[in-house]
Amino acid sequence: MSATPPRAELVASHIDLDFPLYHGNARSLKKTVLKSVTGRLGDDGRSRVVVQALRDINFRLQPGDRLGLIGGNGAGKTTLLRVLAGIYEPVRGEVRVSGTLNALLDPNLGMNVELSGRENIMLRGLYHGLSPAEIRKLAEDVASFAELGDFLDLPVRIFSSGMVVRLGFALATAIRPQVLLMDEWFLAGDANFMEKARARLEDMVRGAEILVLSTHLPNVIMDWCTRVIWLDEGVIRADGAPEEVLTQYLGHPPGE
Amino acid sequence: MHQHIPLASHAATLEITSSPRFWVRTRLALRDLGSAAHLWRLCWTLSWLDIKLRYRGSVLGPFWLTLSTAVMIGTMGFLYGTLFHQDLKTYLPFLALSIVLWNFLQSLVSESCTSFTAADSMIRSIRMPLTLYGARAVVRNVVILCHNVIVIVVMDMVFQVWPGAIGLLAIPAFLLWLVTGLALSMTLGALCARFRDIPPIIGSVMQIAFFVSAVMWQPNQLGDQEWMLLYNPFFTVLEVVRAPLLGEIPSLAIYESAGISAFVICLLSALLFTRTRGRIAFWV
Repeated sequence: MSATPPRAELVASHIDLDFPLYHGNARSLKKTVLKSVTGRLGDDGRSRVVVQALRDINFRLQPGDRLGLIGGNGAGKTTLLRVLAGIYEPVRGEVRVSGTLNALLDPNLGMNVELSGRENIMLRGLYHGLSPAEIRKLAEDVASFAELGDFLDLPVRIFSSGMVVRLGFALATAIRPQVLLMDEWFLAGDANFMEKARARLEDMVRGAEILVLSTHLPNVIMDWCTRVIWLDEGVIRADGAPEEVLTQYLGHPPGE
Repeated sequence: MHQHIPLASHAATLEITSSPRFWVRTRLALRDLGSAAHLWRLCWTLSWLDIKLRYRGSVLGPFWLTLSTAVMIGTMGFLYGTLFHQDLKTYLPFLALSIVLWNFLQSLVSESCTSFTAADSMIRSIRMPLTLYGARAVVRNVVILCHNVIVIVVMDMVFQVWPGAIGLLAIPAFLLWLVTGLALSMTLGALCARFRDIPPIIGSVMQIAFFVSAVMWQPNQLGDQEWMLLYNPFFTVLEVVRAPLLGEIPSLAIYESAGISAFVICLLSALLFTRTRGRIAFWV
């Protein structure tokens, strides 16, 4: 932990990402060997089934920016979040994120149901590179928020589904980054979203210098974002102020 | 309101370039290696939990490993000792050592095939150095080996055979095993993620290797044909650790053959990893 964290910045320049689809037959060793034996190796690049997931994505975010990604299913929102989180590496282009980063992509990230609540908390802390003292702090924080009491030392397998959700949420929101990437699942299910959880999430979002949020709910964008990118089949269709882009996306001004 | 203690995430600056240039790729691969070394505590915890989970709820726990190895060596020792007309006093300690070391190699190789595919959900939800998953397979198998070493020690005590100071020669050779094991785990992990036909091939290769690599029989039983073993890398790699523990100094030719094999594996692994590192997330 350095004394002064670097100023947060997120730069995506000219990102292209092809998503290879390995079908049962396309990925087999036999095919590859046979292809090279029959001298059709040059074919290999073109014969592979590839989905063009992202094309020429360009943007730069400064502290205070809250970017919303909007678009239909399969537009590439989650894929773009994964690229920004460093999980998928682009075929062309560059990603640079300065400052600490936390991506809330999978609600049960790394949660092992055979392990106890406490062991899961310890693992999550280790994944984020926390020291033993910090992990103790993390355990206290998560335990008090998720109200698990004595269940903390029992395997997650026997938890009620509500308890699993609380544990997953408490864990995901306990570690505060400078750059926060968030998938829409986090805001979904508003109906039984506890008031306490909403407060904690808002607190986390406010604490982050940069937010990138993927959703297809216009009201979420209006509540949280200062800038919107409309993705359509992996290409940026529009980029600008929420009102403006949402009007284009919905075909009418938001809130109507 | 709720009370909250904010924790900072430690992930440093993230920089990803898709440059095909060799030195850029090498730098990214080395950074992967370096940040995995930084996460040794996580690696140890993951490996230990793997074993703990396998035996959770059982009375003996991981010592089931020790017990089942002991039973296997006992039965096989008597059977093959009789078949090969061996003196049990020397054959049983030899077999215990042989089998324990071979089982380590064999399970390391077969678990290497799943080092990345077994961690697919992790790989797709958080950026972690991939070396971490490779190292996890190695550390897990070292922990298992430590449980099985008890069988060797007990055998040696019962039959009063000690390797003496020569046994210390096994230490550098074992370190070579660990480095090569990590390289192998990264190589096979990547190859098996991309080509799903490889694990069964590896499985049958290891089975054949078990019979031809002087695990159950002693190398001198080959008589005039003993030289052929030098061309079997499975044998020479096994022998650099096993022979010293039996109180013998392996010949220079054995060291050479084992050294070359290890070097080739490490080199291949380095080349493959620098090339495929960015693609593994798509393969798993």
